[in-house]
Amino acid sequence: MQYNWNWQIFWQPAPDGSGAYFGWLVWGLGWTVATALSAWIIALAVGAVVGTLRTTPLNWMVRLGNTYVEFFRNIPLLVQMFLWYFVLPELVPKALGDAMKQMPPPWGSFVPAVLCLGFYTSARIAEQVRAGIQSLPRGQRMAGTALGLTLPQTYRHVLLPMAFRIVLPPLTSEFMNIIKNSAVALTIGLMELTARARSMQEFSFQVFEAFTAATVIYILVNIVVVLAMRVLERRVQVPGFIGTGPAAPQAGH
Amino acid sequence: MFAGFDFDVIERSLPYLFKEGMTFTVTLTLMAMTGGIVFGTLLSMMRLSSYRILNLPAGAYVNLMRAIPLVLVIFWFYFLVPWIGGWIIGAKQPIQVGAFWSSVITFTMFEAAYYCEIMRAGIQSIPRGQVSAGYALGLNYWQTMARIVLPQAFRNMLPVLLTQTIILFQDTSLVYVLSITDFLGAAARIAQRDARLVEMYLFVAVVYFVISFFTSYYVRRLQMRIAIVH
Repeated sequence: MQYNWNWQIFWQPAPDGSGAYFGWLVWGLGWTVATALSAWIIALAVGAVVGTLRTTPLNWMVRLGNTYVEFFRNIPLLVQMFLWYFVLPELVPKALGDAMKQMPPPWGSFVPAVLCLGFYTSARIAEQVRAGIQSLPRGQRMAGTALGLTLPQTYRHVLLPMAFRIVLPPLTSEFMNIIKNSAVALTIGLMELTARARSMQEFSFQVFEAFTAATVIYILVNIVVVLAMRVLERRVQVPGFIGTGPAAPQAGH
Repeated sequence: MFAGFDFDVIERSLPYLFKEGMTFTVTLTLMAMTGGIVFGTLLSMMRLSSYRILNLPAGAYVNLMRAIPLVLVIFWFYFLVPWIGGWIIGAKQPIQVGAFWSSVITFTMFEAAYYCEIMRAGIQSIPRGQVSAGYALGLNYWQTMARIVLPQAFRNMLPVLLTQTIILFQDTSLVYVLSITDFLGAAARIAQRDARLVEMYLFVAVVYFVISFFTSYYVRRLQMRIAIVH
């Protein structure tokens, strides 16, 4: 039993005439990064707002925030991807739905993928932000009130600046999750890194070379993210507060 | 909004969806959970070992699995398992591995990395003195682990292990990329055959939601009940 290794395959021309297979993987990485970054903007913005609302004294807001999180957490990402891609265009007004269906590739799958990943991750970030705010000593909120700050002012000047620093490490892993989860978008036709490796395998029959390359690229991206976040954490550190210590064990990926 | 809906297609396909699809999903989840927890616990013991030859490979394996997307892992194992199997039994050709066993192996190996990190935290939550006490009583490593450390670690980590299993249950939907008939795969087949994508995918979402929501509600209650008050 012999597997024919051929590491030169990356430099051989790809069947679509766009250059070497290596170029395919680079393009794939480009779409992976573009999808992850665009989705991250949605996730961070929505997640921060929903997470904050869940810690306010307003009961109905807390309940609304909890419902939001439960909704996105209890449906598999792949099913959500299908809901955005197949189901949503049928439920909105016909003109809008048709416009969504007629988006040219790759935007036709890029936009739903970004929306799906963005909102899915926002629920997870909301959970982290809520935990971050609730881990602050209760005295801080009381001190804000005692100083005569309004509720929004207490959040703006007292609670959020500390909470966001606390949630930086979990946010790092959420960012890596969004990169990994973007691979699910291959099911709706987005040619990101995993999809490129898969089609390279189908065309060249060099299974293990293609997947090894994709694996190595994902690992490199991971290392870059970890290093960048380490720099960020150091830059925004409040003097007198050293790191938050090892995170509590959590399920997830 | 639901005027043009054909709810009948769901009713017609219920036996197929649950007898074929959900059975596959649940069996896969339970087998991968069992295998993943066993293998993950062994991995966590390796990671915590003071021997480099044990903790380095375990650490590398766990970090590798956690760095790459599950979809890629599914592809990897789908192609790798026949070759490894062939190599083990010394066959001339890569052996045939069915879709089911391929997925069981994939999810066991993948989730083991996550269960490993949970079990590692669980083992580390047990005071060091208990291990020393075990050794002082003349127990060896395996006896100390099996009788003192692991039972407590499991108990402390039970909610997290179960939450991870709920995530595993949702993740198994990704076997869709291998065109396997799990719950989602079965629904997708009907959806495409009858051109009823909206009804089928909404139904799938509702079923997953209901199962995951009520299981995690139960896990939260369990957590409150078994929490050790310090």
